[in-house]
Formats: sequence, C-alpha cells, structure tokens
Amino acid sequence: MTWETMMGLEVHLQLATESKIFSGSSTQFGAPPNVQADAVDLGMPGMLPVLNEEAVRFAVKFGLGIGARIGRRSIFDRKNYFYPDLPKGYQISQFFSPIVCEGVFEVPMEDGSLLPIRITRAHLEEDAGKSVHDIFNQESGIDLNRAGTPLLEIVTEPDFRSAEQAVAYLKALHSLVTYLGISDGNMAEGSMRCDINISLRRTGSDVLGTRTEIKNVNSFRFVERAIHSEVERQSDILDSGGSITQETRLYDAERDETRSMRSKEVANDYRYFPEPDLLPIEIDEAYIDAVRASLPELPAAKRTRFVSEYELSDYDAALLVPDHATAAFFEEVVSLGGAAKPAANWILGDLSGALNRADLTIESSPVSAEALAGLIGRIEDGTLSSKLAKQVFDGLWQGEGATDEIIAKRGLKQVSDTGALAQLVDDVIAANPDQVAQYLAADEAKQKKLSGFFVGQIMKASQGQANPKLLNELLIKKLNDQS
Amino acid sequence: MVDSAVLHASVSELHGMLTQRQISSEELTQAFLERIDLLNGKLNAVVTVCAEQALNDARRADKRLSRGKATMLTGIPLLHKDIFCTQGIRTTCGSRMLEQFIPAYDATVVAKLKAAGVVMLGKCNMDEFAMGSSNETSFFGTVKNPWDTQCVPGGSSGGSAAALAAGMATLVTGTDTGGSIRQPASLCGITGLKPTYGRVSRLGIIAFASSLDQAGPMARSAADCAHMLTAMSGLDAGDSTSADLAVPDFFSELSGDVAGLRIGLPREYFNDDLDSSVRAQVMSALSQLEKAGAQLIDIDLPHSHYAIATYYVLAPAEASANLARYDGVRFGYRCADPADLEDLYLRSRSEGFGEEVQRRILVGTYALSAGFYDAYFNKAQQVRRVITDDFRKAFQSVDVIAGPSAPGIAFRFGAKQQDPIAMYMEDIYTLAVNLAGLPGLSAPAGLINGMPVGLQLIGKPFEESTILNAAHRLQLDTDWHLARPPIEEWQP
Repeated sequence: MTWETMMGLEVHLQLATESKIFSGSSTQFGAPPNVQADAVDLGMPGMLPVLNEEAVRFAVKFGLGIGARIGRRSIFDRKNYFYPDLPKGYQISQFFSPIVCEGVFEVPMEDGSLLPIRITRAHLEEDAGKSVHDIFNQESGIDLNRAGTPLLEIVTEPDFRSAEQAVAYLKALHSLVTYLGISDGNMAEGSMRCDINISLRRTGSDVLGTRTEIKNVNSFRFVERAIHSEVERQSDILDSGGSITQETRLYDAERDETRSMRSKEVANDYRYFPEPDLLPIEIDEAYIDAVRASLPELPAAKRTRFVSEYELSDYDAALLVPDHATAAFFEEVVSLGGAAKPAANWILGDLSGALNRADLTIESSPVSAEALAGLIGRIEDGTLSSKLAKQVFDGLWQGEGATDEIIAKRGLKQVSDTGALAQLVDDVIAANPDQVAQYLAADEAKQKKLSGFFVGQIMKASQGQANPKLLNELLIKKLNDQS
Repeated sequence: MVDSAVLHASVSELHGMLTQRQISSEELTQAFLERIDLLNGKLNAVVTVCAEQALNDARRADKRLSRGKATMLTGIPLLHKDIFCTQGIRTTCGSRMLEQFIPAYDATVVAKLKAAGVVMLGKCNMDEFAMGSSNETSFFGTVKNPWDTQCVPGGSSGGSAAALAAGMATLVTGTDTGGSIRQPASLCGITGLKPTYGRVSRLGIIAFASSLDQAGPMARSAADCAHMLTAMSGLDAGDSTSADLAVPDFFSELSGDVAGLRIGLPREYFNDDLDSSVRAQVMSALSQLEKAGAQLIDIDLPHSHYAIATYYVLAPAEASANLARYDGVRFGYRCADPADLEDLYLRSRSEGFGEEVQRRILVGTYALSAGFYDAYFNKAQQVRRVITDDFRKAFQSVDVIAGPSAPGIAFRFGAKQQDPIAMYMEDIYTLAVNLAGLPGLSAPAGLINGMPVGLQLIGKPFEESTILNAAHRLQLDTDWHLARPPIEEWQP
C-alpha cells in the first residue's frame, strides 16, 4: 500500500515588540524568573489588558508580506483553560475574527521552483508563562516572564506532502519575518515554535485520514526528523490494518520518536467568547497603505532582482537572499567595487565556510565587505591568482591588514613580467629534454596533457606566483620553437 | 464635641463648614469613625476600617484647606465598596477567596477620589464578587438594613448603601453590573447612580462581568452624586473601554429646570406585575416632576421581559472567565495540603467561593460550552442588541425613561435566599440598563410602611446630567431624600 502524507503547520511566532502585547513589561529573553511580569501579567484582580499597537502593526506587516487579506475588524477572544502558568485562567487570543485572513505564500524550493502554500489565517495572542519542574524539590515553579509576550499564530492548509517541503516553508517563513523585522525567528529560544499536523491517505484518495499533532518542535532539523518518524509510525500502523488515534504527540529528539501527550477526545473545551475588556481592532485602507509603504524589499523580490541586476544564477540568488544580513553584505561588496559573481562565490564559499567554522554570523565577520571588495579587485586586475587569493583571504581573516598590505607583506604578487617568466620557461625546458621530445612527438590532444607537466614545474619554481595565463602562452610558444 | 447633624450633612454644607474652619476634616473624620464604631456591630456594613490612615488623610486635607487649595471633596469622609482595589489595604470582594488579599495598587476610581482630597474611612461589605441582591452572599456576614435590621439592605453594594443611610460616611462608592447600585439605594433610601458604560474607569475594580460592570456614586442627594461623579469620571489609558469624552462639572449642570423634559413611562414596567404601593410612590414622584414642567409619556420597551434571561447568560459567562484566575496558585485562598494540581484547583475554588458564586460560574461555563454557545451565549448577545435598540428607539421621543428601581421594599433575611430566581427578579427593572450600557439612577420616592422605595431614572448614553438634574429637581421639591432611618431609637 502506498500512502500520501498530508501535513499542515501551525507556527507560533514571537513578535519582537519591546513590551508585551497587553502590558508594559519588557519582552527581553533570559531575565531572572518573574522580574518581567507586572500586575497585568500576573492576572491580579482588577487588572485590565491594553493592546500594544506595535503588535498589530507587526501582524499587518506579516499579512501584507504574504499578500493575505487583512481582517478589517478583528476581535480578541478569551480561550479558557486552567494551567498554573496561565495566570488569568484564559488566554487572550483571536478565534472568530483573526487579523490576517487567507493568503498564499510561495516557498522557494531547492530546485528553483516555487511551492504555493495556502495560509488559512494568522492571529494575535498572548504567550503563556513557563512551569519549571526541575529546580525545586517536589515542587513546581512558575516563571511568568514570557506570559503576555505577543505571538502571531500562523496556520496553513494541509498543503505539505514531504518533510522537505515543510522545512523549506519554515526557512522561507523565517527569512520573511526577519526581513520584515517582526521577529528574530530564533527557534532555539522559542521565538518560532512549530506544531505539525500529520495524516496519511491512500495515494489517489481524496479522503483525509485521522491526524495527529506534533507539538512544539523547535529546530528545522527536528521538524524533518519528527515528520519522518511520525510518517513511518503511521504507515506501519495503517499497513498492518490498524487505525490512527487523533491525539497530540511530542517529538523526543534523543530517541528520535514521537510519543503520545494527550488524547484529543478528552481535550479541553476552550469556551471561546469575545474578550469584553478590549475593543475590536479596526483597520482602514489608509493604515494598510501606510504599513505597506513601510515594507522593505522582501526575499522573493530580492531574488528576482539579484538575478536581473547582478546576473547571478537562480541558485546563487536563492542562497544569498534568505539571510537578510548576507544579502546586505553581498550588495555592500558590490557597491564597493567587487564584481558580483566572484562576490557571490566568495561569500557563499570561503567566507561562509570560515564563519561556520568560527561559529560567527556575517554581521560579525572579521573580513569586512570593503576588504572582500578589495580582494576581488586584485583578482580581477590580474594581481592575484585564485590560489594566491585564498592566501590573502586567510590574511584578511587573521586581521593582517588590507589586501594590498597582505600581498606586500607575504610577497604574494603574481609574476606577470614576461621577461622573468620567459627565463623560468627556458630553464624548465632546458632541464627536461626527454619530456620536450615526447611533447613534440605527440598529437595535439596529447600535447595538451603533457604541457601540464611543464606548468607544474614552472609554478613550483615561481612559488606559485606565475601568472597562469601568461605562462601558458609563453610555454606553448617556446615548446613549439624547439621543433 | 461634634454636632451629629454633620453625619447627615451634604457635601456642599460640609465644604462650607470646612472652608470656613467651623470644623476640621480631622474632627469630621473622627466623628464618622466613632459612628462606624458605634453602629457597625449591629449593621456589619463595613469590613475594614482604616482609622489611622483616615486621620492622616484628614490632617493632610486640613493643611490643604488652610492653604486655600481645597476642592469640593477635600476632607470629605468616604467609604469604598470592597470591590475597589486599595493599595496596601485588604480588598476582599466579600469573599473568603480574597480574605487576605492586599493589592499593590489603587483602582483608578480610588486614585481619582484620593487626588480630589477625600478621606477614606474604610471598605464596605458587599455580596461576594458582587453577585447578589441582598448582601446575604458575603463571606463576612449579612449587612443589616438600618431602616429595619430584620431586613436586607439590597445588593450587591448593600454595605455601601447601609453605611451611608446610617450616617457612617458622607459619600460611598458602589458598582453596578445589573442593579447593584440602584437596588440597594432604593432599599436604603439614598441616591445612587450607575453611569454610562465607559464613563468611569474599571481599572482596579475586581471584575464580575466586564461588559456590564460600572462604578458609580452613592450619596444623600443627586447634588452630592454629581460632585462625586465629576471626580470619578474620565478616560483612562489603562481601561480600553473607558470613553474618550470630556467630563462636565456635573454639579454645575444641575439647573433644576425640567420644563419640557419628556419622561417616558414604559408600559412594560407599569404593568399589572408592579406592586401597587410601589406604583403609587413612583407615580407620586413623577407627578412632582410633572408639576415642575416635565411631560409624562407612555412608551414601549417591547423586549424588556427578555432582560433577565439575557443577563443571566451573559453575566455568568463573563464571570466564569473573570473568576478563573482565583485558582490558588498565585494569590488568594489556597486549600490545605493539596494532593496534586487538580485537587489544588478543586478544593481551593470549592472552599474559597460561596454557593452563589459557584452557581454563576457553573451557569456561565455551561452557556459557553461547545454545543451550547450558539443557543445561549450567542443568542443572548443578539437579544442584548435588540434590547439596546428598544432604548435607542424610545429615546427618539423622550429624554428620560422612568420606572421603579426595584419591585418592592427591603425584604426579610432568608426570604428569597432559597429561591435564586425570586432573587434575580429583584433586578428586573435595572438589568436592561446595564445590557444597554445606559446611565441610570435611583432616588428616594418616599416610604412604604416605613421603608424606603426608589424612583429609577434612565438617561441617554453619557447624559448623566439629564437624570441627575431631574432627581435634583425632585429633591428641591420634596424631602424624601432627607428621611433618616430610626437609628437613634435603637437601644444601646
């Protein structure tokens, strides 16, 4: 039996507002427990929520960023359930009328195609606090620093068929929200948390199977592995004639398996109703226009422009664009005179390799855009071979100064002096009469192969500094002169 | 020795005495503290007395008075309903759940009145979480009606009403979700106003039903209510539902002129169900206004009879969520030795909340449950709009709507306690006003068998001045509001 995987994702995105969605407390991550929770966050008697307008603006930015319809009148609702880290006994969310309505998000896939994913809705809500079970003996602690942090919950239709698509969507979403500046998208710190709804159906069938929901997966890699393991679990059950229980599951990364968390049949009845302490959010055309005007260039537009303006390949553009800082670094190198294609190659190759090894982001790169532009300039004008350029790059990384200083200090200048090169060529020809004879006797195809021996010898004699293009011309000419 | 007349004096009279240094705020405060001390054992109207702080406030008020910087309310003694959070002072909401709760903040109303210079004497008893019409649901015991201590004072602001009627303060605050200011005002013979929803900030008032709750003044006269309302009202950035409207000086709007004022009498209020003696008193008050130039016009509020059912879906639904925070985790009552989380929730809430509060939480939870939401909550929301629309249409032809404040006079303890529906009927004339968010007041309209009865006047949104002025006219022409309970006849 073959099964088709049907998946929808729910992403909880923490919005990067300075203060919480309904109180004036700071949202900064990592403070000591409960120092960033005021009377509103604690749900003290008589306290009332006041909406942070920045959260609304961020949500509208997101909606416009994916071309979704903006809810002109969205309403907050109370979602009622008891939990110790939910101070009011209800979460203020949006159930009936969300701020972001249906839209389509086009996800760039590795093969260059675009995968359209239907966004069902995105709504504003407040985050809960955290229960801490491992600090106190036999007792649980509550940290309400996170309570009231604004979240945008982004819900898709069941449009994903593979883990690869799901991860591509999450990466594109991460790229979009960081471009928009509405979230840091940091999955490790919980700024972007993912719930995955998975069901299987017979290939060709249009009836959805029973789904399970995997909660709170917090890295791209775990999303991929969680999907693989859950799909395998479900198909094993279905293959052996069993049925899937609708339930919430957790992904255990250490064992690489999902396990049951709670069954939906006994799940809470959340008793949603309109939040009477807050007025509806009314959004008019002028507001939308103003937010739209404030949007930066988004990843999709930037990819297209990089291809047309800099004549990059789709592949290079797709690699440069997702990280906003990388794209900006690239454009800075180009604006400082670096040729586009080599700039892309250096950034995606040696520079990103070095940054990865050093666990640095491009914002803190020891090699500045200016330095890289200088290096590329010296390759373009023939001063450096690509081999020498790598040594200069190493010098730049070590902080030995600018390109020209390093060339001088390390004596790395390419030998392009015809007289000096001619002497080297003559010396090598004189020292290898047998090889010269072989060369002259060979046909054209074989000659090409044999010339490599001489190039190697000459490069060795020049300590790598011979200009390879000039060297080749001189060598062929002088070898043919021997006949 | 202070003349006991000051205990029943108006704000204007006391302001005159204070500014002319005939009495100091400290002496006045001391007199009220002694009065509370004398009577509270019998009435149980006050749950917390703040003698030391009150005297400090009074001395500060006296300094302000001596510098000539006094406002109308500087140095005037006041009691707050114990639903208003008071910084550093226990705020119980009439519940065991909050028996030990000391807020770290003042409600906006408390802060505004403090800024106006009032002296807070303490906090008044009330029905638990403002749920009740007789003050029999308070964890701190029933409040006695000073007109007849066998009878209830009404509720939920019954402690406030009883305290004021007994001369324990010059002004008291109340809150009104379905009649909780107007019904006890009626039963205790005082004047009480529920402002338009949004006129007064709800920040720091312990929530019962957020879309209905509104705080208001309770005093001896419409004029005193006007002084108080001016100080209490206004936009508050901390309450998103507070109205961004200029606040008039309500006192200066009391011209006493009601010539041409069109007063609507809903047929649905003055029908055969209305007790005849209540009708007689209400009509007698209205004919006073007619004599002063007002017109009485019969009108219809055709959906009035849905008000109770609508209210008792919506208010409990909101309450079920508002009271979810009392879970024994962060503050408030926590049961002893909880076995696990569920046990902590169950027992803290079962032991911390009284019967009526639990009943309403259950009703509200039910009305919001999956499968019942459309039939109850959603339907009630729709009917609420229809009821609101009734008023809107009626106000196209009248300026004020009048009726009784309550179906009868104060009843005896226990008379309705075993019959929740009979108790809910106490608010039959007041609930619709909350559903429609309108201003409404109750003013004394004489006595029936020695017990007070109130006239209710309902105004257009944010036209508190109109109903205060009509009540003021009535109080210029009659002395019903000056009637005092027979306390001096009590045996010591």
